[in-house]
Amino acid sequence: MTPERAAEGLVPEAKSLRLWDRLGIKTKQAVWAWIFLALPIAFYVGIRFYPTAQAFWLSLTDWNLLRPPNFVGLRNYAKMFADPVFWKVFQNTFLYLILGTPISLVLAFFIAWNLDRVRFMHGFIRALYFLPFLTTAAAMGWVWRWFYQPLPIGAINGFLSWLGLAQQPFLRSTTQALPAVLVPAIWAGLGFQVIIFLAGLRAIPQTYFEAARIDGLGEWAILRKITLPLLKPTTVFLVVFSSIGFLRIFDQVYNMTTNDPGGPLNATKPLVLMIYQTAFSSYQMGYAAAQTVVLFTILLIVSLIQLYVMREKT
Amino acid sequence: MSAGLEASGRLIRPGRILAWTLLFIGGLIMATPLLYMFSTSLKTSGQVYDLRLIPTDPTLKNYVEVLKDGRFLRWFLNSLLIATAVTLSNLIFDSLVGYTLAKFRFRGRAFVFIAILSTLMIPTEMLVIPWYLMSSQFGWLDSYWGIMFPGMMSAFGAFLMKQFFETVPDDFLEAARVDGLGEFAIWWRIAMPMVTPALSALAIFSFLGNWTAFFWPLIVTTSRDLYTLPVGISSFSAESSIRWEMIMTGAALGTIPTLALFLVLQRYIVRGVMLAGLKG
Repeated sequence: MTPERAAEGLVPEAKSLRLWDRLGIKTKQAVWAWIFLALPIAFYVGIRFYPTAQAFWLSLTDWNLLRPPNFVGLRNYAKMFADPVFWKVFQNTFLYLILGTPISLVLAFFIAWNLDRVRFMHGFIRALYFLPFLTTAAAMGWVWRWFYQPLPIGAINGFLSWLGLAQQPFLRSTTQALPAVLVPAIWAGLGFQVIIFLAGLRAIPQTYFEAARIDGLGEWAILRKITLPLLKPTTVFLVVFSSIGFLRIFDQVYNMTTNDPGGPLNATKPLVLMIYQTAFSSYQMGYAAAQTVVLFTILLIVSLIQLYVMREKT
Repeated sequence: MSAGLEASGRLIRPGRILAWTLLFIGGLIMATPLLYMFSTSLKTSGQVYDLRLIPTDPTLKNYVEVLKDGRFLRWFLNSLLIATAVTLSNLIFDSLVGYTLAKFRFRGRAFVFIAILSTLMIPTEMLVIPWYLMSSQFGWLDSYWGIMFPGMMSAFGAFLMKQFFETVPDDFLEAARVDGLGEFAIWWRIAMPMVTPALSALAIFSFLGNWTAFFWPLIVTTSRDLYTLPVGISSFSAESSIRWEMIMTGAALGTIPTLALFLVLQRYIVRGVMLAGLKG
């Protein structure tokens, strides 16, 4: 209300002024704000919100690209929960999560914590850990598949036989394939986590450590009583970030099992790969949409847990 | 004083040397896949089974052969074009959104901010089916625009830019306003130059993310000529006989641009990742 009144006060005699000049500063600001936001709002509505709603709607239909979608209620969900492959995939997805997140975070913290005190060749060593983050899973999938080959091609089996150990089937085994796919995924993401941990460690004021040393605390006690508690926001961020990453794992799996994506016998198949195949190999779009809703729900729960944990402390 | 002496004394403790050595060995292990990739790309097909890291008779023949094929170069240029265009779009629109939300007071501001931020919760995988439907209706399937359109703006970028624009003092913008500069010019010529660290962080993230993007390009492209580099490299498997030295060459060529970028911009990249991680 105030901007208009202010504008009225200014205008009376200047009849010739155009409408724009009669607007108050605040109104002008609002107009500019909406002009600036017009295209972005169209984008977010058209390419984010509308498709989200559409995905929920499609999950209740039998759409298959050929016929127009028919409403089928919760039939897609019933089909999914009755499908043993879905439960296998669900289990795989969580295996990636519960193995990948702790292993990569503990490794990343250990590396960052030590790297933080190293001065000699600090930048070079940091670069070595960070380089894999810059690679694409499509290219590295080939390198790792080659590593995992049986003799005489595979480097890892070559190393094992050099040590006098038995050859391992790796990607060809239903039990070893999932960890074998997980290793490159951890490898590729580790450098990012190290850098974030390093930033978190740098953000802790040095005076805390100096005070603790003066009080005679040992390194181990400093780590447990000062470093880890003060690093909690960083850790929570990384736990959530990498959890979401592992729950959405796709590139590594697809590129390491290209001949039979998700194989052998669905042993490595995560939820996103199942979605991809349901939608774009068998064109059951409605069924695939229902699977994406399940993924969305899982990710939402993880994010809400994060918010809850963060709120507790602050 | 004594703390400083103690710290310098610590540097040469055996524990430190052990930690350094472990870190160094770990770093070498991290680099091993890349080293083997480059090493094999320099070997002939007869030497592939020789697992020595340093090729006895290095040759660039594989690179010549892969590049002569032409397809690879095409994928490379596709990726370059797409990653560059999407990055530019992100720099412009994300900072426009961030600036508006940080520096303008208007009704609905909080609502717009929350709405945009909430899209971070929506996984891409949920959107690809509607995007595919949309693309097929508008004829965007198998086109550059079809690959690019979902990433033209990002909520993460807008959030990052908002954080940074908030640190720009209002006085500067007010002074420019008094001088009669238009709102658009104030954003572009006054505010933007003050947030260049954030812009470079966003550019790095956006470029890297789009250069390595795989899921959506895999879905939306069908003709070989429109593949991005990752999709193209992934499609090698369709070729019947696996020639590992050629595949390693392709993988190396796909990795070299980002590695080169990193070597040149190392400081900015590391700082950018730190910035984004701390603010985001």
